[in-house]
Amino acid sequence: MSINGKAYIAGAFEHPVRNAVDKSLAQLHAECAKGALEDAGLTKDDVDGYFCAGDAPGLGPLALADYMGLKLRHVDSTETGGSSYLVHVAHAAEAIALGKCSVALITLAGRPKAEGMATGTAPRDYGASPDVAFELPYAPVITNMYGMCAMRHMHEFGTTSEQLAWIKVAASHHAQHNPNAVLKNVVTVEDVVNSPIIADPLHRLDCCVISDGGGALVVVSPEIAKSLKRPLVKVKGAGEAPKHQMGGRVDLTYSGAAFSGPAAFEEAGVKPSDIKYASIYDSFTITVLMQIEDLGFCAKGEGGNFVSDGNLISGVGKLPFNTDGGGLCNNHPANRGGMTKVIEAVRQLRGEAHPAVQVENCDLALAHGTGGSLGTRHGSATLILERE
Amino acid sequence: MTEQKIFPAPSVDPETKEFWAATNENKLLVRYCNSCESYHHYPRTICPHCGSDDTSYKQASGTGTIYSYSVMRRAKEPYAIAYVTLDGMGISMMTNIIDCDFDALEIGQSVKLKFSPTTSDDVRLPTFTPA
Ligand SMILES: [Zn+2]
Repeated sequence: MSINGKAYIAGAFEHPVRNAVDKSLAQLHAECAKGALEDAGLTKDDVDGYFCAGDAPGLGPLALADYMGLKLRHVDSTETGGSSYLVHVAHAAEAIALGKCSVALITLAGRPKAEGMATGTAPRDYGASPDVAFELPYAPVITNMYGMCAMRHMHEFGTTSEQLAWIKVAASHHAQHNPNAVLKNVVTVEDVVNSPIIADPLHRLDCCVISDGGGALVVVSPEIAKSLKRPLVKVKGAGEAPKHQMGGRVDLTYSGAAFSGPAAFEEAGVKPSDIKYASIYDSFTITVLMQIEDLGFCAKGEGGNFVSDGNLISGVGKLPFNTDGGGLCNNHPANRGGMTKVIEAVRQLRGEAHPAVQVENCDLALAHGTGGSLGTRHGSATLILERE
Repeated sequence: MTEQKIFPAPSVDPETKEFWAATNENKLLVRYCNSCESYHHYPRTICPHCGSDDTSYKQASGTGTIYSYSVMRRAKEPYAIAYVTLDGMGISMMTNIIDCDFDALEIGQSVKLKFSPTTSDDVRLPTFTPA
């Protein structure tokens, strides 16, 4: 039993807003849903499955099904942080394969910018989570948790700040072509390493942007996909894996991508060297570097060399990545970058990316997400998508 | 000498109250599984390594090495968060390195336990300082 070929992504929409001070959270979800359904050539009345995660208000799918007026026979509110939406695509394909729904809508939205959230520098209190008492007093924040991963990677493998900076440089080369990107200026390695340190060894430009907005996807059965007028983007393989502190046997040198990646490649029947385009979760430069290694694009510890000298720039390097500018430059809506990873992969497979960054003959793409924190516990999810 | 930092008090629950009570006697307890003969942290009743409920506390020696750290420069008062690997126990715990020169910290550096006060009179927080 496999999901390979059992479902297609028929609709994708990224909200153009980056500061949503005049919009409500539910409104953003609904605007994203409408955009993705129109993209597919469907309406809300075609939807029979709905997926959302922790960014949704209230009781998630119940609140938003009510708000949007959806009549459903399948719901899923799997929450794995920013990787949730890749998991949702896989779970939607599973549900479609079993006949539990045939048009699955997935939405993400958030307004951390409008709410003035100190995303990277303030500790988050996860309430009754059992780890909180043993961590929160020490002020773990997003930047110092990823900082510890980078420090250890540098210690074990000799990775440098200049190598990490190349990841931002590549993202900025792509973002210059995206009129909606938060950061549209091309930056250099020097710009990155000369920007102020936030948490050792990560500079301001090693971090992603903070933005409002959201996105949505529509996953449908093969029969419905073939009845629509959009290019066929097939779900070919998927993998998901939480990784954590392993009871104190902490190892910050790898991520759950080391498990979700191989599972996705096996289901798809392809290998890393077959991939023409990759959307890689980019909350920080170090996130990209670790995942590229764990997904098998290069050996563990070789990521620093692999990402250098423009190797991630479309038309220049071997692995074009995040051609929308990614979370590092374009958009990181709701502090959750997984949705936009899938959307740009769909654009590439349809040939609808910006012409300056469109990968030639892009028929096989990977999208990968990390949710939570690489420094403590996170959910990894990998999708492999194919243009048919 | 900088002023001693008062840490936010952790939330104490029925499962971990013995751990936190010991901190007030400057003791760091680590949960040990008698079945798979290994330590884990943070403490659980049921061993996350093997699933046995035959677990109990043992006192840590209080020495260890820095597994990784990051100095939070963009904070009103910069601080060093770290994972410290406890000597002889095979596990690392999240902590802060205090009373140190942030620029002289290194991965692999030896550190020793130094409890810090919290906003609760009943609980102290295990922190570390260069040995
Ligand atoms: Zn055990």
